[in-house]
Amino acid sequence: MSIPVLPDSASTLAPKTDLILLALTALSVVVMAIVFLPMIYFLFKYRRGRPADRTPLDLPTMKIEVTWTVIPLVLMMGLYAWASEVYLEEETPPLGAIEINVVGKQWMWKIEHAEGNAEINELHVPVGKPVKLTLASQDVIHSFFIPAFRIKQDVVPGRYTSEWFQPTKPGTYHLFCSQYCGNNHSQMIGSVVVMEPAAYERWLAESSPGQTLAQQGASLFRELGCSGCHMGNSVVHAPRFEGLYGKPVALQTGQVVIADDAYLRDCILTPAARVPGGYSPLMPSFQGRVNEGEIFQLIAYIKSLASAPVEGSPP
Amino acid sequence: MNAVELPPPVETEEVNYLTCECGVKQWLLTTDHKRIGILFLYTILVFFTLAAVAAALMRIELLTPKGDLLLSADYNKLFTMHGVLMVWFFLIPSIPSVLGNFLVPLMIGARDLAFPKLNLLSWYLFVIGGALAMDAIIRGGVDTGWTFYAPYSTTYSNSHVIEMAAGIFVAGFGSILTGLNFIITIHKMRAPGLTWFRLPLFIWSMYSTSLILVLATPVLAMTLALMAIERIWGVGIFNPALGGDPVLFQHLFWFYSHPAVYIMILPGMGVASEVIPCFSRKAIFGYEFVAFSSVAIAVLGFLVWGHHMFVSGMSPYAGTVFSLMSFLVAVPSAIKVFNWTMTLHRGSISFSTPMLYVLGFIGLFTIGGLTGVFLACLAADVHLHDTYFVIAHFHYIMVGGMVTTFMAGLHYWWPKIVGRMYPEKLGQLSAVILFVGFNLTFFPMFILGGLGMPRRYHAYPPEFQIYHVLSTAGASILGIGYLLPVIYLLWSLKFGKKAPPNPWGATGLEWKTPSPPPKHNFHRTPIVHEPAYNFPPLDAS
Repeated sequence: MSIPVLPDSASTLAPKTDLILLALTALSVVVMAIVFLPMIYFLFKYRRGRPADRTPLDLPTMKIEVTWTVIPLVLMMGLYAWASEVYLEEETPPLGAIEINVVGKQWMWKIEHAEGNAEINELHVPVGKPVKLTLASQDVIHSFFIPAFRIKQDVVPGRYTSEWFQPTKPGTYHLFCSQYCGNNHSQMIGSVVVMEPAAYERWLAESSPGQTLAQQGASLFRELGCSGCHMGNSVVHAPRFEGLYGKPVALQTGQVVIADDAYLRDCILTPAARVPGGYSPLMPSFQGRVNEGEIFQLIAYIKSLASAPVEGSPP
Repeated sequence: MNAVELPPPVETEEVNYLTCECGVKQWLLTTDHKRIGILFLYTILVFFTLAAVAAALMRIELLTPKGDLLLSADYNKLFTMHGVLMVWFFLIPSIPSVLGNFLVPLMIGARDLAFPKLNLLSWYLFVIGGALAMDAIIRGGVDTGWTFYAPYSTTYSNSHVIEMAAGIFVAGFGSILTGLNFIITIHKMRAPGLTWFRLPLFIWSMYSTSLILVLATPVLAMTLALMAIERIWGVGIFNPALGGDPVLFQHLFWFYSHPAVYIMILPGMGVASEVIPCFSRKAIFGYEFVAFSSVAIAVLGFLVWGHHMFVSGMSPYAGTVFSLMSFLVAVPSAIKVFNWTMTLHRGSISFSTPMLYVLGFIGLFTIGGLTGVFLACLAADVHLHDTYFVIAHFHYIMVGGMVTTFMAGLHYWWPKIVGRMYPEKLGQLSAVILFVGFNLTFFPMFILGGLGMPRRYHAYPPEFQIYHVLSTAGASILGIGYLLPVIYLLWSLKFGKKAPPNPWGATGLEWKTPSPPPKHNFHRTPIVHEPAYNFPPLDAS
């Protein structure tokens, strides 16, 4: 068995992170040499009993102190700026990324693809394309960590977080939960399978449930009775979803929010909190009636209506 | 009112703080800072032993990739026990409450701390807190990790979270009182002539530590109280299902716990700054810079808590600010290391036991500090966060830094504390064993962390095994490095050579009184005419 020393490197971010880690390691070696070599030399030269010139020197203390304060400071500011730039890139998913939803719960990962495919503790992705994960937790804080991609993001209950990556090498890589989440934390592991695009398409088709995530959301939309108010000729005055997603919404308070995943999730769970202007807070909360995976489906459905013609307006 | 009997002007050699009034009651109701220091020493050693046993069980479990020795639930309780006991019941009180208690009045030429009864209360609070924590462990333990992250701790954990938190809460008040006592003592009770810049650097480090104890510990108390309120009454503070915010818990927790990290290293730096001049026969290089870097660490340490939260979902822009502050806090630590090294230049260096421990400390602390820079660095931290790299880093600081200097300090002042010398050769051997065992235990963890091994896993992928085996082997050596001093230090209590007042030829007021010191420290209030570390100049030979 070979002994691993460095982790697999399989995303566009991995070499950038590794370069920073390399620079940090080099800096550490240099600093250790600057500290330890003179120290060892002094320990040898000035050990008690060995003849040596020990007459005190009148050293310019202030100059020396300023030198070894300023040099590390400058080096560190350089590293700081470099690493922060890479970090901000990590935090900004590129446009047009494949969007995949992840639900963490004690102690498993549930993955939902937009095509409707669902998997547990496995994530299949194509090589060479950016992928954006939207992460939700059903219970406690988890963390979605793929060492080979050098990315990690806590999965926090009550909100969406996200991370992105672009795989560069087909293969199977570790997936770990890295935020302690209770009894079987160390079993909340899985694998990320990076495939050639054609193989990925085949995998999508073979494991397809027959309905896309948005279609699953549409069924749920009817089952839960959402359609009773939000569709057709309802007597209840409720917002329609055609053309809504991604657009600004003026609230009763005068505040304007963007109808994004986070806002829609809040509207399902705590509808009275941010009511759009012109509507009454009539909607009941669906807290406890839908789980995070179902909320993803409902949002996918609302998202699919983003380009649909708005009812009542000229076509 | 009874007339107070004044001690005769010249006491006989035999009567000292250990031999006068030595009944159990006199010890348990003592207000003598030296005796309270010893009470703390015995108490923290009990907690250290228990926490070390938990670590040993974890290391044995990790010998194999499968979780075959312990259930995951038990493993989780063990690492919680290890963390809680080590952090709050060993490291935080280690140097401040044991050596600080013993030495602060002696070093500044005072008869006792400003509030001796409050000092005794600190110990009782500590013991009550420790008893609550132990009761929680005996009744089934706690499985939240020492960090108590919500909503796991408030809603999901089925373990004795409240009792454990109550133990930490109570012990925390002991810390606050100790900090207050030190600050006031150092301000008001210095001997005539002992100006601020003549103070030993250990006192500067105790002063900085006390500032953190007084300012940060109340935040921990509030955080634990809020956690208990949510857990008991279901008030939504942290759990989003109740309308709370789990990231708020992390902000509050680390606002205390990051400064607390400096409670666990500043006192160690203070010990190093005493030992190095003594065994180099030379004043410390750049006294003011070493002194003010302690204060700078204490102040900047309050502004860096967010570096524990770079992947928590906090705003990335907040992350960049916390990263900047974390880089800055590394500078005063670097200044100290450079000054210690420079102090050796043209010194007359003896490799006595305390010096060997301190030299080991400089090596381990430098590595711990440099790997801290990795974790302050945003993009690097995203990969390394919550992996074994972090475990290795903070053990280099807390064990390599604090435990090593605690051992250095214990050996350095042992003759003063007990009036006996320990066997020097065994002392030197222990210092070397500790250094070797420590590195073998924790260095492989840096590589494991880089490979992506997450912390708090009781089972792991088989390719990581080799490093875990090395680490467990190192831990057995480390265990010997801890056990050996316990044996020969206890042996020395009875059989050690009697110690003279100043066995090391050190400067400082604590060495100008007999070993062990009389009950009220000094027969006559000392008057100081010279700066600290005023060793006679060395010559050409």
